[in-house]
Amino acid sequence: MTLDKNKKLELFRMMLLIRMFEEALEEMFSRGILHGTMHLSIGQEATAAGACLALTKEDLITSTHRGHGHCLAKGADTFRMFAELLGREDGYCRGRGGSMHIADLSNGNLGANGVVAGSLTIAVGAGHSLKMQKKDNVTLCFFGDGAVNEGSFHEALNLASLWELPIIFLCENNQYGMSMASENAIAGGSIIKRAESYGIESISIDGNDVENVYETVAGYKESILSKGKPRFIECVTYRYRGHSKSDRNLYRTDEEINFWKEEKDPLIRFSGKLLEEGYKKADLENIENEVKEEIKNSVKKALESPESSETNLEEDSYA
Amino acid sequence: MPEMSTGQAIKKALSLCLDNYEEAFLAGEDIGIYGGAFGVTDGLLEQYGENRIKDTPISEDVIAGLGVGAAITGMRPIVEMQFSDFIVNAMDPIVNQAAKLHFMYGGSVDVPLIVRGASGGGTGAAAQHSQSLESWFCHVPGLKVVTPSGPQNAYDLLLASFIDRNPIIFMEHKLIYKIKEDVQINDFPKDSSLLGKGKIISEGSDITVVSYSNMINTAKEAMNDKKLEKYSVELIDLMTLSPLDIDLVISSVSKTGRLLMCQEASGDSSVGSTVITEVVSSEAFKKIKTPPKLLSGLHSPMPSAKHLENKVIPQKDDIINSILKVIENE
Repeated sequence: MTLDKNKKLELFRMMLLIRMFEEALEEMFSRGILHGTMHLSIGQEATAAGACLALTKEDLITSTHRGHGHCLAKGADTFRMFAELLGREDGYCRGRGGSMHIADLSNGNLGANGVVAGSLTIAVGAGHSLKMQKKDNVTLCFFGDGAVNEGSFHEALNLASLWELPIIFLCENNQYGMSMASENAIAGGSIIKRAESYGIESISIDGNDVENVYETVAGYKESILSKGKPRFIECVTYRYRGHSKSDRNLYRTDEEINFWKEEKDPLIRFSGKLLEEGYKKADLENIENEVKEEIKNSVKKALESPESSETNLEEDSYA
Repeated sequence: MPEMSTGQAIKKALSLCLDNYEEAFLAGEDIGIYGGAFGVTDGLLEQYGENRIKDTPISEDVIAGLGVGAAITGMRPIVEMQFSDFIVNAMDPIVNQAAKLHFMYGGSVDVPLIVRGASGGGTGAAAQHSQSLESWFCHVPGLKVVTPSGPQNAYDLLLASFIDRNPIIFMEHKLIYKIKEDVQINDFPKDSSLLGKGKIISEGSDITVVSYSNMINTAKEAMNDKKLEKYSVELIDLMTLSPLDIDLVISSVSKTGRLLMCQEASGDSSVGSTVITEVVSSEAFKKIKTPPKLLSGLHSPMPSAKHLENKVIPQKDDIINSILKVIENE
C-alpha cells in the first residue's frame, strides 16, 4: 500500500485541482456567471483525492451534493464539469444536472446525489451488481455525517452486511449537517459504532491526512476483494465554506474555522510533508502552475461552449 | 392456450424474464420461501435459486434503492412492494432517484427497473393495506405507471415493462390475482409500445366508460346487467396510466358523446380527473351531449368492515346508476 513518488505527486496535484476548481467556481459565482447554488468541499480535498486514487476506473463510486472533488478525483474532465455548472451542452449532463448531479459513467462515477443519504441504497444496488457479475471491483459510497441519521443509512448498511456486498462506505464527517453540529445530531456520539453494530469492520481516521485516506481505502479494497463483505471508514474533516452559498456561518466561530485552515489543512500538511521528504519546491510549484493553467483553460473553453440545447424536455425525461 | 390466474400469468412472465436475461433478478419481502404474500412468486426460489430470488429484510427503502443501483449498473431488477401501501417507505429511491436519474444525468443513464406492488381494497385489510396510490406516480415525470386488469394483459404488460428502459410502477390489484382466463403465452414483444396504449374492451355507441385495474372487472359485470340492455356501452381499459392513451378516449367520446370515468382511487387530483380534463379540453368537447362524470372511491381511508368498504369502493350498482345518470341526463 505504500505510495511511490508518482502517486504522492498525483495526490498533491488532485487536491490542488479540486481546490482551484472550486475557487474558480466561487469566483464565477461572485461575478454572477453561475446560475444556482453549490456546495463546496474546500478543506475536504484529502478524502476525495485519497480515496479515489486507491480505486481503478472500473471501481464504482456514488457521490453527494458536495461532490465536485469526488467527481474530479474519479477522473472527470474539468472542462466538462465547468461546462455543466455553466449550463452548457458540453457539460456532463448537458446542463440538466448542474453542481449537484454530475455523473460520469465512463469513469465509474454513478453520480452525485442531491438527497442526503440518497446514494447509500443505490450503492447497495451497485455492489450487488458487482457481486452478481463476479467482478473484482468495489463500490465506494461517499456520504456525509448528516446521512447517518437517515433511515436509508441503516437499511443500506444492514442489507450490505447481510449480503456481504463489496462496498466501502466512506463517511466524510465534516462535523456539520448544514448548521447542526454532528455532536448534537448523532445519539450515542459515534458513527463507526453504528456501522460496527451491523457487523461491518469500521475505522475512524484523520480525513485530512491524504496518505492515510489512500492507505485505508486501498487496504479495505484489498480485503474486500479477498474476503468479501463491506467496510466502513469515517474520515474526520472540515469544510471551510458555508453549507451552500446562502450560509452566513452563524453556527460556528471564526476561531474554529481558522484553526482548521491553519493547523489541519490537508494541502498545507501534505506539501509540508513532501518537502520534508526531500521533494523539490520547484516541482511542487510546477504542478501548481500546471493546475492553474488547466483551470484557466477549462473555464475559458467552457464559457465558449454553446448553451445546452432546448430539446423536448418532456421527452428527455424518458429513456 | 392454458387457463391461468393473473397471479400465475405474472409468475409466467417473471419466469420468462429470468430464463432469457441472466441479469434479471427478483428482490422483495417474503418472495422466496414464502412464495410472496399473494403467492405470485411461489416456486421461483426452488427453480432459480437464492442468487436470483432475493428475500430481503423488511426494508422498502433499500429494496427500491437496490433496484435503482442495480439497474444503472447492468442488471435488470424486478422488486416487489409486498403491499403497495408500503411504497411510501421507498419514495426517495423511486421519486427522487429512479424517476430522475435519466434526465438529471443528461441521458447518460437508464433505470430499467420494475417495482411491483399489490394495490387496492376489497379484502378487508383496512386503511394501510388497501390503497390505490397510482395517481401519485403519474405525477412524477420519468416513471411509467402500469395497471393490469386480468391475466392476459398482466402477462403482456409485464413483458413490455421489462423490455422498456424506464422505471415502471406495476400496480397489481389484489382482487385480480385469482381471476382466470386462457392466456396466450406470447414471446417478448419487439418493443415496449404496448405501454401507453389503452384497449377497447367492448365497442358501443351510447357512452364511453373508461376505467383501469380491477374496476374494469366491476364495469364488465355492470355492462351485462339487464338494466343497461337497451344501451350500447363502449368500455376502455387504460392499462397504462402514464403515459396515458388519452387519444383513444377522445376519439371514443367523440363518437359516443358521453363519458363515465370509473376508478377505485379517490377522485381528487386523480387519473380520472385528468382524463375528464383532457377530454373536455379536446375537440371531443363539441360532441359531448351530457356532462361527463367521475365515479371514484370516496375520499376516505379504507375501512375494514365489508359493508363500509363497499361504500368506499364503487360497486357494480354504482356503475350502472352512473351510466344511466350520464345517458338519461339529457
